[in-house]
Amino acid sequence: MTTVSIDSARASLSSACSDVAEGTPADAVDGVPVALVARPASTAETGEVMRAAAASGLTVVARGRGTKTAWGRPPERADLVVDLSRMSAVLDHAAGDLIVDTQAGALLADVQRTVGTAGQRLALDEVVPGSSIGGTLATNTSGPGRVGVGTARDLLIGCTVVRADGVVAKAGGRVVKNVAGYDLGKLFIGSYGTLAVLTEAVFRLHPVPPARRVVTVPFDTAADAGRLVQAVVHAQVVPAAVEVEWRPDGPGTVGVQLGGTAAGVESRVAATLQLLGAGATAAEEPPPGWGVLPWRDTAERGTGLKLTCALSGLTAVLDAARRAAADAGVRLTLRGSGGAGVLYGALPADAPAGAVAAVVDRTRTVCGEHGGALVVVEAPAPVLAAVDVWGPVPAIDLMRRVKERFDPERRLAPGRFVGGI
Amino acid sequence: MSGTHGTETTAGPVLGDTPPEATSATGEAGDNSAGIAAVGRVARALMPATGVVQDPTQLRTYECDGLAHYRVTPALVVLPETTEQLAGVVRACAEHGVPFVARGSGTGLSGGALPRADGVLVVTSRMRTIREVRRADQRAVVEPGVINLDVTRAATPEGYYYAPDPSSQQICSIGGNLAENSGGAHCLKYGFTSNHVLGAELVTPQGDVVTLGGLAPDAPGYDLLGTVVGSEGTLGIATTATVRLVRLPEEVRTLLAGFRTTDDAGAATSAIIGSGVLPAAIEMMDALAIEAAEAAVHCNYPDGAGAVLVIELDGPATEVEHEYAEVERLCTEHGAFELRLAIDAAERALIWKGRKSAFAAVGRISPDYIVQDGVIPRTALPEVLRAIAELSSSSGVRVANVFHAGDGNLHPLVLFDDAKPGAGDAAEQVSGAILDLCISHGGAITGEHGVGVDKAAYMPKMFTDDDLDTMQLVRCAFDPDNISNPGKVFPTPRLCGEVPGKKKHAHPLVEAGLADSF
Repeated sequence: MTTVSIDSARASLSSACSDVAEGTPADAVDGVPVALVARPASTAETGEVMRAAAASGLTVVARGRGTKTAWGRPPERADLVVDLSRMSAVLDHAAGDLIVDTQAGALLADVQRTVGTAGQRLALDEVVPGSSIGGTLATNTSGPGRVGVGTARDLLIGCTVVRADGVVAKAGGRVVKNVAGYDLGKLFIGSYGTLAVLTEAVFRLHPVPPARRVVTVPFDTAADAGRLVQAVVHAQVVPAAVEVEWRPDGPGTVGVQLGGTAAGVESRVAATLQLLGAGATAAEEPPPGWGVLPWRDTAERGTGLKLTCALSGLTAVLDAARRAAADAGVRLTLRGSGGAGVLYGALPADAPAGAVAAVVDRTRTVCGEHGGALVVVEAPAPVLAAVDVWGPVPAIDLMRRVKERFDPERRLAPGRFVGGI
Repeated sequence: MSGTHGTETTAGPVLGDTPPEATSATGEAGDNSAGIAAVGRVARALMPATGVVQDPTQLRTYECDGLAHYRVTPALVVLPETTEQLAGVVRACAEHGVPFVARGSGTGLSGGALPRADGVLVVTSRMRTIREVRRADQRAVVEPGVINLDVTRAATPEGYYYAPDPSSQQICSIGGNLAENSGGAHCLKYGFTSNHVLGAELVTPQGDVVTLGGLAPDAPGYDLLGTVVGSEGTLGIATTATVRLVRLPEEVRTLLAGFRTTDDAGAATSAIIGSGVLPAAIEMMDALAIEAAEAAVHCNYPDGAGAVLVIELDGPATEVEHEYAEVERLCTEHGAFELRLAIDAAERALIWKGRKSAFAAVGRISPDYIVQDGVIPRTALPEVLRAIAELSSSSGVRVANVFHAGDGNLHPLVLFDDAKPGAGDAAEQVSGAILDLCISHGGAITGEHGVGVDKAAYMPKMFTDDDLDTMQLVRCAFDPDNISNPGKVFPTPRLCGEVPGKKKHAHPLVEAGLADSF
């Protein structure tokens, strides 16, 4: 964009929204400079902003709190950031109905605080500290609790979005059971802001269990990890979480969280200790690193991977990833919901791009053999240039057609998502 | 909206007259007979002769689904046995602009599988193989015609079951469940079909075969599967489904609680949910529904009950023990005068028999009835039930209430005698007023039966034009020619046209300077 068009775009945005500023280096989206930042205060104002952006031909990146702007591919352009941090209200907590209605810019932590006063929780783990509701949904993050209660798609019951053309639309509603119309919420979850700007979300809530404990056991081989996870998931202990952690050196750990009544948890802990065998111990608190994405263990971020597979493929995927890292001479930390077939991998920031690419390729093949995929969630620029971030995507043509209908001018985060969407 | 009349809740093909209600929304015959003939030729080349139905008498056996008030005879019925055959037929439909409608077992209650007079009915009942029960993955891969309960039967020897349990589970198909996002009594705890279908092979309205989701979670890209499930056959036809299998619980306890009033039973429901206990199911029946069930199946529910709750708890034995004590206490506190715990499978079955037979049982006390399906926030239960009672007494139309109390999903049964002049209209008015009550309490016009043809006209009461238009962007992406179950879900079809804003070339007249484009 030229300076002249920035000025005219800014003028038209300013008539749509009271808070429009020039972008600073801190606003850059994964290294892509941002010309303008608009902070609308309502869904209606977001609609006006999007209409103004469309009229001025601006590309738009939606931002909650900016904790995951480096995820996915960098957008081709990011003329305007629509920042939702002023829309941070928890609008309605209907405790008796176990639902919460919140603006997209609300912090997940604030939502938890509000619903926590009634002994309830939104069953989404905050795997990236400081995340907003909108950012959590756009990237479909999940943590250990997914084994017990699922992910965002199992919790979101209604949403309001602003389309690329500024039209405001709702889907779903405020009741947990509802089959009226298409379930668009699921389409927006994990869409990386490429279909619409989410402004409001309604979730079902769960009661906070009165007691929680974690049973952990060390393991030496991928086969042991796979066997331990299978033992737990096929038992009747109803785990809230089944985590696998394996750092580059030493043994790994399988961790099983149980939540429920004090008496119930006690007997289920005893059953789980038996299942996991010698070396298993129980604790009140989860071990360090629990629910933290492994590439965020250190301040210097390396490459973050998400690996998925059918449950029976866990052994093969753990083994393949470890071997690939050893052969490439890089240190790989694996951690994730083994009981759901999801693992996260971290490679150091200074790992050579070629070595990372080799780990990605070899591991991706094995994930694919077991019904899953490997996605490079975030990575330093040289690595991004050397890898296929998203890997093969079945039904990509249909996805492109959906994108074309929602955002025919590729206004929203162009290039950030699968297949260059 | 129109009703399900009397015994017409019967599943499967039902003989009857083509009603005057058949409108252009469901297709007029005649103008595309050449297209139908062409699709018929393709179908006969692809599959055995018994898989292609063109005989008028046989065609009429497919004229309705479980909502038999609407009847339209399809121009052609095909019964493919493979994905290739099904995709071939759909491709032929696309090529000739012929609309098609998918049908599983035909038990749907909103007319979602109502045929088109100018279209093809694609019946999946011959695709009935459970391809894999993958215990290690906690998944099964099944064909769309597989009966819901058969998935559980196949998984039980492995210690697993398929959780969504619509009351028609003995006859309804997984493909139909997927299309309708079917629920059931136990979805209070375990969720709906959309939470349990994790992968599908889909034949798109162009006849292409695509894979959505699969054995592993979180497939990269848009969650198209999440939108396809519950789209009522308007985005294509699923030819396989990968479903979650749930571990059988260690302990199950089923409790029957008798209350004097529905207010008491509603308050007990709210108290149970509010206490942090999440039962597998909480079902409520009011006095009229109890009367019907007693007449039909002699379930021996408590004498003098104005309402009963059927509460099922499941999970680890120690947890269930604790929850049971809590539920018992809360029911008593809220006026339960009789509590009955099923001590064995036979007693449990008897308690459930009363509940599960309730719809059909109403036929014992009324010649005709409408099954309504609406949702309200659970806390509004007592208020809405009182309002329904007032509607009933002011109109003189009897209403029996049977419903999934735990998640606020009402199934009022509006009773009438079609032989009496005006009775059907009065019943429909009450039925519609109940939906208005649901909407005004922030609820939904359908919790599990779907929109179909029955409630398309109600969609604008719940959604704005922009909301519906946005949903139809998905429709246009999948089915720009509007041939996949057209006339369902949406009150007005959206003309998709070219992808908006994607201008390729100016019109030749504009380029030649002979016309302007505005």
